[in-house]
Amino acid sequence: MTDNSAQLRGAPQRHDDTRTQPKTSILNDPRFRGFAYQAMLLAALVALVWWLASNAAANLAAQNKATGFGFLGQPAGFNISFTLIPFERAASYLQVYFVGITNTLLVASIGVVLATVIGFVVGIARLSSNFLIRKFATVYIEILRNVPLLLQLLFWYYLLLNALPNVRQSYTFPGGFVLNQRGFSMPAAVFDDRSWIVGLVLLASVILALLWRRHTLKRTVETGNRRPVWLPMAAIVLVPTLAALLLSGTQITFNVPELQGFNYRGGFTAPPELTALIVGLVMYTAAFIAEIVRAGILSVSHGQTEAAASLGLQEGDRLRLVIIPQAMRVIVPPLTSQYLNLTKNSSLGAAIGFPELVSVFVGTALNQSGRAIEIIGLTMLVYLTFSLTTSLFMNWYNARVALVER
Amino acid sequence: MTDTAFVRREMEPTLPPPVRTTGIGAWLKANLFSTPGNALLTLVAAAFVAMIVPPLYNFLIADAVWSDPEGLRGEACRFEGVGACWIFIQARLNFFIYGFYPTEEIWRLNLMFLIGIVLIAPLLIPRAPFKRTAALLFFVVYPFVAFMLLAGGVFGLRPVRSGEWGGLTLTLIISLIGIIVSMPLGILLALGRQSKLPAIRSFCIAFIELWRAVPLITVLFMASVMFPLFMPQGVSTDTLMRAIIGICLFESAYMAEVVRGGLQAMPRGQYEAAGALGLSKPKTMGLIILPQALKHVIPGIVNTFIALFKDTSLVSIIGLFELLNTVRAAGSDPAWSSPTHAVTGYIFAGFLFWAFCFAMSRYSIYMEERLHTGHKR
Repeated sequence: MTDNSAQLRGAPQRHDDTRTQPKTSILNDPRFRGFAYQAMLLAALVALVWWLASNAAANLAAQNKATGFGFLGQPAGFNISFTLIPFERAASYLQVYFVGITNTLLVASIGVVLATVIGFVVGIARLSSNFLIRKFATVYIEILRNVPLLLQLLFWYYLLLNALPNVRQSYTFPGGFVLNQRGFSMPAAVFDDRSWIVGLVLLASVILALLWRRHTLKRTVETGNRRPVWLPMAAIVLVPTLAALLLSGTQITFNVPELQGFNYRGGFTAPPELTALIVGLVMYTAAFIAEIVRAGILSVSHGQTEAAASLGLQEGDRLRLVIIPQAMRVIVPPLTSQYLNLTKNSSLGAAIGFPELVSVFVGTALNQSGRAIEIIGLTMLVYLTFSLTTSLFMNWYNARVALVER
Repeated sequence: MTDTAFVRREMEPTLPPPVRTTGIGAWLKANLFSTPGNALLTLVAAAFVAMIVPPLYNFLIADAVWSDPEGLRGEACRFEGVGACWIFIQARLNFFIYGFYPTEEIWRLNLMFLIGIVLIAPLLIPRAPFKRTAALLFFVVYPFVAFMLLAGGVFGLRPVRSGEWGGLTLTLIISLIGIIVSMPLGILLALGRQSKLPAIRSFCIAFIELWRAVPLITVLFMASVMFPLFMPQGVSTDTLMRAIIGICLFESAYMAEVVRGGLQAMPRGQYEAAGALGLSKPKTMGLIILPQALKHVIPGIVNTFIALFKDTSLVSIIGLFELLNTVRAAGSDPAWSSPTHAVTGYIFAGFLFWAFCFAMSRYSIYMEERLHTGHKR
């Protein structure tokens, strides 16, 4: 007892400890073990990478293949059926890469918007007090979530090619929309060379409107007086933009698809591959988003609604100011990962022949050039960038909405 | 005090009868016509049902071709207004289930399925006996037995190349191997990600994030194109094995994230209590932390299994004949050219996939409720 208390007193204690304790094996020292494990892992990794690299070098040498990114400048020599940026056969592999990226981004951006809208509608419908609507939403979710996306895409593609009428009997919709076997055509806006002025004014006024909103909300919090927010914002955006449109004399015309000969010309035509890909992706992802939305709304306890009511907030304000902000905290993280999934899943366009990144670059370009390592590396780089950007946004959002506790 | 006494002299008028709260009328009012808006929604939905259901019924049942007594094949489904071509499914069912497996050897696959079902049943039914034995047999012995039956070449069984495996069998093989491998690998990765050792932690983070960032189809392309490049010369691996390795690594990264969610939900007190009992690190993990953490994330784990099962359909892109690809291949058979047989095939494949996934998700809900002990109110 006295020995112990003597040991506990002050600096010499550690010294005494090592002397009095029986010497333990170095193998049982957690710090040594930690170093040993890590050293083993690193050694194994280095060995693995060296082994793989030497194998690859030997194989490439045996097959007499060149390596390096020089091939990106060479002409690709094949055509791509759908591009947003100008492209011809003589274009380089680098341009093929960019075509793939833009097409992937096109599908992803349209898909994200539509899937969010449908997902929220179905998710809220799943909680509806209306029996039929509720069951509809449940059936939709349970069917679409449990069938592979690839199968759904093939199904939609088959349906679009076989169930839609030929060009002569196209379905036409008001506003110049045309749907037939060859795709979904719609009017395209044509901007003349002075449109950039309008665009610039639009951008500036949107920024101004957002600043106005921030200012007004701050005033509301400070003074307690409610001021209109949305109407002035609309005015701030619309008035200068329209003025710029009229004063600069910009002509914005619409190029409407018209039947000429055997096909519709003009406007923008989404080929059936694109339509099937977007429809499939949207329907599939919306089912997942619906479940996320449902879980988010259910996660806000009923007490919050009651508390808001007892503060005298009306129905709309209760939802807008109390329930939805809390539900969004639960909804947004899985929602962004669904957006990311949608972007990654757009690579399944390869199976139905839509020229997005994987099909055009990993598929065609790889077959032609044979540069497997470089091409797959570049492709993974694109998806890694998407993924890292998303996680950066997520971290920022989580930090912003995290619960601030005492 | 007596002044304020009140004595009622007349009968109080009778109250109206209570609003009905039971019966069909009340149910209709509460669930379908509670407000004018709701009534409108109900009518729209009912109109939608009326629009969708009769054509579906006609296509799937009334106008469908159910039998082919004269052996006409595609011609039996080649007329105006034909519905689903079920005879196509009947005729090619063996192909959809067993792929190109030699017909006289199919008993081996059936035996494999039978043993699998017998072993997995005690694991799935909570009250069944012999759980430990069955688990040992299923996870350790069964893979070898199944492989022997599939590939043959021993005990006088005729060897069958992996290129001949296919159909639903291949889908089940890939997903079962994926599940059995990705689960322990995922747990290891999740533990590594929580580790205090920087080299191990960063390796696990990099591994997980890399696989999660890329689409599975890139992984499969990589497995089929790049894998041979990285192997020593003369070593050849078949496409199926490469695809399975790709899928296992890919899904283990997702599994790791699910398990990490469970580990992060464990309160510190559990670690401290285990430490106070003098348990070593591995024992703390194996006896205290993991059983609770995994219980927390059963829905997530099953969701990953479901995703894996659906993802197996992607191996068709690198040319393997799993269920979806057999259906596609049979659909382009010229002997069967008809307007609806291909769609019928997709519907059939979709139904099979759906049945497996739906069963898994229901089972997970059931297990979740069963294991939801402790904090039940």
